[in-house]
Amino acid sequence: MSKIDIAVVDYGMGNLRSVSKALEHVAPAKNVVVTSNPAEIARAERVVFPGQGAMPDCMRELDARGLRDAVLYAAQHKPFLGICIGLQMLFEHSEEGDAAGLGLFKGNVKRFANTDMVDNNGDKLKVPHMGWNQVYQVSQDKSQPHALWQGIEDGARFYYVHSYYVQPNDEDVISGFSLYPKRFTCAIAKNNLFAVQFHPEKSADAGLQLLTNFVNWTPN
Amino acid sequence: MGLAKRIIPCLDVTNGRVVKGVNFLELRDAGDPVEIAKRYDDQGADELTFLDITASSDNRGLILHIIEEVASQVFIPLTVGGGVREVEDVRRLLNAGADKVSINTTAVLNPKMVQAAAAKFGSQCIVVAIDAKKVENQPFEWEVFTHGGRKATGLDAIKWAEYMVSLGAGELLVTSMDRDGTKIGFNNPLNRAISDAVEVPIIASGGVGNLQHLVDGVKQGGADAVLAASIFHYGEYTVKQAKEYMAQHGIEVRL
Repeated sequence: MSKIDIAVVDYGMGNLRSVSKALEHVAPAKNVVVTSNPAEIARAERVVFPGQGAMPDCMRELDARGLRDAVLYAAQHKPFLGICIGLQMLFEHSEEGDAAGLGLFKGNVKRFANTDMVDNNGDKLKVPHMGWNQVYQVSQDKSQPHALWQGIEDGARFYYVHSYYVQPNDEDVISGFSLYPKRFTCAIAKNNLFAVQFHPEKSADAGLQLLTNFVNWTPN
Repeated sequence: MGLAKRIIPCLDVTNGRVVKGVNFLELRDAGDPVEIAKRYDDQGADELTFLDITASSDNRGLILHIIEEVASQVFIPLTVGGGVREVEDVRRLLNAGADKVSINTTAVLNPKMVQAAAAKFGSQCIVVAIDAKKVENQPFEWEVFTHGGRKATGLDAIKWAEYMVSLGAGELLVTSMDRDGTKIGFNNPLNRAISDAVEVPIIASGGVGNLQHLVDGVKQGGADAVLAASIFHYGEYTVKQAKEYMAQHGIEVRL
């Protein structure tokens, strides 16, 4: 059995090629496997949990493939990176389709209320929130930024496309935020887990740096 | 601050080459798509749009190889359109590395296809391209055209935009047929009317001749993103120059 350095969890929702290509680009020597096999996720050294589409569908497909336990175990025991819906699914509940999530983090996933959102030109802000927005880093350990922010400027722009955002009950897990126009949580971190709302695999140099940091990360 | 307005270079591709015409005619060769994509990425392009304008179905497969190659070297969002007829075409393009797929003529012929594609892959990856032209003989101002601008549909572009969003389009690419290739600027009243009518982002396209046109597209047209081809292809301006100009005029961009 060949060693799996990084498993990208595939539950049949959307395009995982971008994620795996970006990981292969930053870590050409690593064995990156896109898999829907719980055993492969279990023996991978690191796990990336991406997601696209609607959260209720994502949860259903995850369960249909028997991946829930493997993902929950990985999220608590090995270097783990959630992306987009892969962040949202870690929470208890989403307004999208009134869906239950994995419940690893307390809190809800909410929709942008676009009715009262206006930019500095006086134009209404669109939903989905699509494009490059600035990410402000939050240091949980006040003395230094999280290992996954290393080499990334505070306020660097990352690419987003989403209509829902997470609202953690526990503010201590917040590792980053953006403004649209109000502050929303775009990154959480806890022990071996880091999860982001934006798409590092589509965020040019800043995104590739974050993925590089993940590949090299040794959580305390 | 907040969300940046996007600059999207557009690559019209046929037979494996990037080309550009005027009013959809008179094609000129502009180079190799992978090389051009890399150059724009280096210049700070926020996204890239590829339109497969290959007329025959024989060479359709070429665009998949091009997207595969670009997606393994360029890590910004890629939109691909042209000749997308079935949900299966969307799947093939996404698998090749496209992040969004743009649907144009098929949306008019078979609107349910837009709905099916959005339901299957998510609205975030479904762009509906609307080619519109100002008309005199209709009870509305702008009419939707298909088949590269040759066929009138009788549809009101504003109503059509609202309908497409209701079926699941996550973004609209609005091309003014009377402006495309003319270098006299976007059709800002058209873009403004659509932008105000829908809640999803719109990309303004057709008619850019100078950098002020990009600024006007955002400020007057209410565009969330601006798309241009020839001003970048022939080296008149770099994407970086365009962004600096927009920033100087008070528009938030990614620099």
